[in-house]
Amino acid sequence: MGFFGVYMLVVLAGMGAGIYFILRKAVPDQSPMWTLSQYLIYWVLIELFLRYFMQKLPVMDIKPFLITPVKKSSIAHYILGRSAASVYNVLALFFFIPLCIVLLFQGYVALNVFMWLISMMAIVLTINYLNLLINKSNVALTILATVLVISYALDYFGIFSVKEMFGPIFHALYAYPITVPVPLALMVVMYYINFNYLNDKIYLDAKLKAKKAQANTSDLAWTKRFGDLGTFLQLDLKMIWRNKRTKSQVWISLLFVFYGLIFYMQDIYDDMMPMKAFLGVFMTGIFLSNFGQFIPAWDSSYYSMMMSRNIPLRKYLESKALLISVSVIFMFLLTIPYVYFGWEALAINFGCALYNLGVNIPVILFFGSFNKKRIDLDQSPFGNMQGTSANQFLIMLPVLIVPILIFTLFYYLFSVTVAVMILCVLGLIGLVLKNTLMSKVTEQYRNKKYGMIAGFKEKNS
Amino acid sequence: MITVENLSKKYGKQTVLNIETLEIPTGRSFGLVGNNGAGKTTFFSLLLDLIQPSTGHIENNGIQVNISEEWKPITSSFIDETFLIGYLTPEEYFYFIGDLRGQNKADVDALLSQFEDFFHGEILGQKKYLRDLSKGNQKKAGIVASFIGNPKVVILDEPFANLDPTTQIRLKGIIKDLAAKENVTVLVSSHDLIHVTEVCERIVVLNKGEIVKDIKTSTETLKELEAFFAG
Repeated sequence: MGFFGVYMLVVLAGMGAGIYFILRKAVPDQSPMWTLSQYLIYWVLIELFLRYFMQKLPVMDIKPFLITPVKKSSIAHYILGRSAASVYNVLALFFFIPLCIVLLFQGYVALNVFMWLISMMAIVLTINYLNLLINKSNVALTILATVLVISYALDYFGIFSVKEMFGPIFHALYAYPITVPVPLALMVVMYYINFNYLNDKIYLDAKLKAKKAQANTSDLAWTKRFGDLGTFLQLDLKMIWRNKRTKSQVWISLLFVFYGLIFYMQDIYDDMMPMKAFLGVFMTGIFLSNFGQFIPAWDSSYYSMMMSRNIPLRKYLESKALLISVSVIFMFLLTIPYVYFGWEALAINFGCALYNLGVNIPVILFFGSFNKKRIDLDQSPFGNMQGTSANQFLIMLPVLIVPILIFTLFYYLFSVTVAVMILCVLGLIGLVLKNTLMSKVTEQYRNKKYGMIAGFKEKNS
Repeated sequence: MITVENLSKKYGKQTVLNIETLEIPTGRSFGLVGNNGAGKTTFFSLLLDLIQPSTGHIENNGIQVNISEEWKPITSSFIDETFLIGYLTPEEYFYFIGDLRGQNKADVDALLSQFEDFFHGEILGQKKYLRDLSKGNQKKAGIVASFIGNPKVVILDEPFANLDPTTQIRLKGIIKDLAAKENVTVLVSSHDLIHVTEVCERIVVLNKGEIVKDIKTSTETLKELEAFFAG
């Protein structure tokens, strides 16, 4: 998860603190609490939808308990209790608690705010347990997606207002603190349905069995065109595609193309060029940072094999660099439509993409040599801090902050054009010096070899 | 030929391995036995340059392993399942290893065909990833992968553990053949005294990091070893 996870938490907390003011400004003629209540139904639906992909029932860890004198019902309570403490639920806290603090400062009644917070947490847990029930069913997902799209369409085209139907219901949770037992009851009911369902199925071959995916082999023959590099490219592609954690990085990265919309659509950011530089570096470099920051820890589980085999370290690293380069170019192509918001957007994104290609790729590979924490590829991707160390936060500095600083400096001294040119030139210099830089990086990996091997072997770090 | 000189490995004040001299000639099957913590895996890790020696060095066919990497093309090994890449199928893994050693698919297929008996129909064409195979089958895949690309030195740590009886017997045959016919130096470590005495022409006993016995295998060897370990 790395710095991306911390970033998400900060953003959520910021949203929680800011949403009151945003809503007050956006819809001045009604109380922000009322506006928020209208949208809560979408929050519930979207959260259910997202969780379907991200959250899984924590099953495998209970194997050791089966043969100990622990009651099956205790095991079931344990599993369900653990899932209540899942990161997804904590995420909601990061949003709602700042919001509630703001509400209190705005003079809202403490009792109401407090009971409302409890209701919201009960709803989060209800979503949590509902998700565990429907998680395996594709039908449920289809229904969920359909309901989501149809409700939004009805709202959008003004045919029927779903918002206004559910708004009062959610608002009642705030307006009448006495209603707090309703969401709590919902939560308890969901918990018991789950409990009954689980309790009968605590056997190795029933609920506990993790699905074994049938291998679909593809020889990716086209990678042969890259010569020696092909061997590693093929391995990297298979790694990304066949492991949960890496695969989710790809999806997250793709989703972040839309990140720019949040900023470009708001007038206040129109003249904030440094913000646009941030977007440029972030959007074109999202895969670079998400995937790159953990090189070579992705290969940690078999790193000692790699080091004892006849592996040209240079080729190994170049394959990673190629993969990230392709992602940067691809992400840049995806961001081209932002030209709609002005040519600067396109120019800045181009400059940032070039900077990412030339400078950030060698930089992130270099910092990778400080990675000593193991990553188990088949562990669930979200809320997974495995492999994260202070190193991940240090990487953020040169990769994200430096280009923005450079851009800002030249933007205020000269103009957008000059600032973009500088980024481009730096990127080009990096590309020209690619061979020298890669040799340095390779040397660094060679020097750090023993430390990495030892670090990657430690399972519980 | 593998030469060891003044080799030691210390962690803090604790010495885990200390070998003054040891020579393993080419084309021999060489066995390493010892209790847990005797230093077998440490020795193999040093031989593969996965850890750094505190003093001394190892030469593999004249190449000092912690200075040059030239030993890698002639050496191949299977230490444990961390030598496997879990998200590949066995075939893909074999081809990957083949690629690293300059063997094309046909070469690898030709080699694999010799091991059909050994695989017992449980490895090839199963449409399973290595991570989903049982421990024993993972081991089979790893051992065979270490035969790819005509290595001169093959290092196997505990190859007999987790294997079913039939496979153990077949593996013994394979190792003997390798050393006798192909002039390969095979290094094997094991907890199973019977297997080691059957397979290895020479057996070295490690105890707390030191060589305590160096035996040329004969009919008496098993008894001698049993007497030693019975303490």
